[in-house]
Amino acid sequence: MALFSKQNKEVFTNPLNLDHPILGQVLGICSALAVTSQLKPAIVMGLAVTVITAFANVIISIIRNTIPNRIRIVVQLVVVAALVTIVSQILKAFAYDVSVQLSVYVGLIITNCILMGRLEAFAMQNKPWPSFLDGVGNGLGYAMILVIVGAVRELLGRGTLLGFQIIPDFCYDLGYVNNGMMTMPAMALILVGCVIWVHRAYFYKEK
Amino acid sequence: MSKLNTNSNAYIIIYSAILVVIVAFLLAFVYQALKPMQDANVALDVKKQILYSLNIRGLDGSEAEAKYAEVVKEEKEQDGQKYYACQIDGKDIIVASLKGMGLWGGISGYISIDDEGKVYGAYFNHESETAGLGAEIKDSQAWQEKFIGKQIWDENGNVVLSVVKDVKDPKTQVDCVTGATLTSNGVDAMIKAGLQDAAKRFLNTSNSDCCGTEEADSCCNGDDKAKCCSETEIKAKED
Repeated sequence: MALFSKQNKEVFTNPLNLDHPILGQVLGICSALAVTSQLKPAIVMGLAVTVITAFANVIISIIRNTIPNRIRIVVQLVVVAALVTIVSQILKAFAYDVSVQLSVYVGLIITNCILMGRLEAFAMQNKPWPSFLDGVGNGLGYAMILVIVGAVRELLGRGTLLGFQIIPDFCYDLGYVNNGMMTMPAMALILVGCVIWVHRAYFYKEK
Repeated sequence: MSKLNTNSNAYIIIYSAILVVIVAFLLAFVYQALKPMQDANVALDVKKQILYSLNIRGLDGSEAEAKYAEVVKEEKEQDGQKYYACQIDGKDIIVASLKGMGLWGGISGYISIDDEGKVYGAYFNHESETAGLGAEIKDSQAWQEKFIGKQIWDENGNVVLSVVKDVKDPKTQVDCVTGATLTSNGVDAMIKAGLQDAAKRFLNTSNSDCCGTEEADSCCNGDDKAKCCSETEIKAKED
C-alpha cells in the first residue's frame, strides 16, 4: 500500500473538515476554552496535542494485537499518560514560560477526549502508518481551532499577537479600548460557537 | 506459533506489569535527563521575579542573570523567609519574599523596601487563581505598581500596608483587584504575616530597647548580635 494512497489521504484530511474533532464531533472543548486567551500557549497546546495524539496512536496501533481486550482502556491511558508526562517535562526544560502559562492543562491532555476517542476508534483497528496520519490530522484540526480562537482573543482582548503590539497607539489615543471580555473563558465558548457556525454554513458538506 | 490467549488472567497481569515497568523506567530516565535544565529554569524564574519586584522588567534570560548579579549583593534566609540585600543607583534596598494563600491555591510574592521603610516595588505570583480576576495580581503590572511608595509600618512596627476594597488612606492602602476580593484578601494577609518580623530590621528604635534582654537575638535580626548590642550599650554608658 502506497504511503499516500487515496485512503490514507482521506484518513488525514477527514479530521480537518468532515470529521473535525471540535467542529464535527465537539470533543476537546474544555482545554480549547482554557488555553486560548493568548496565541502562543494556544499554538504550543495545539502542537503538544498533535504530537501526543500521533505517537499514542502509533504506539497503540503497534501493540494493538497484544492488548488484552478487558484492560484496553487502562493500557491506552498508561501510554497517553506517559507521553503527556514526557511532553510536560520537555516543556518545563525548554519552554518554561509557556509551561507556566499552560499550567495544569498540559497534564489534562490525558483526559482530552480527542485522544481517547482516536485510540479507541481508530488505532485499535488500524496499522501504524494510517494511525499516525489520523493522529496528526486530528491534532492539527484541534490546533487549527485553538489558533483561530487564540488569535481573535489576543488581538481583541490585548491588542497584540504573540506578544507584539498589532493595534497602533493612535487607536488607543482615539479612544479604542481592549475588550476585557475576550480574556474570559466565556468568550472562547462563544467564539468556538461562531467558528462551528461558519464551518457548518460554508465548508461542511454532507457525506 | 500457537496463538496466545490474550484474555486469560495470567496474561493480563503479566502484560500490565511489564507495561508499567517499561513506562516507569522511561519516565525516570526523562526526568533525570531534564532535571538540571528544569532546575536552572526555576532558579532563573526566581531571579526574574526578584528583578520584577525591583521594577526591572522585560529582561531575557542571560540579561536577567547579569542584572541580578549586578544588583543583588547578598541573600539571607530567616525562619523560611528569604531576604535579598540589593543596591540600585547607590540606594540600599531589601527584597523580602512572601508566601500565602489565595483563593484556589498558594500565592507568593516579593516586596522591595527602601531605607525609609516604604515600598520600592512589588511582584506577586500565584499557582491557580482565576484568569482575568485573581490572576491579575500577577498579570497586571499596573496593579503591582500601585504599591510603590506606600508606607509599610507605623511607629510601633505594626504592618499598616494593606489591600482593601475602599481606600481611605492612600499612604498605606492599595485598592484590591476588581472581582477578586478573596485573592486580594490573601495578598493582604500574606503582606501582614510576612512583613511583621521584618519590621525590626528597619525600625532602629527596637534595637536599643531589647539589648540585654532575652529577645536580643530576634531584634538584632541578622546583624551581628554582639556588635549591635555593644554599640547601643556603649552609647548608653556615654550618656
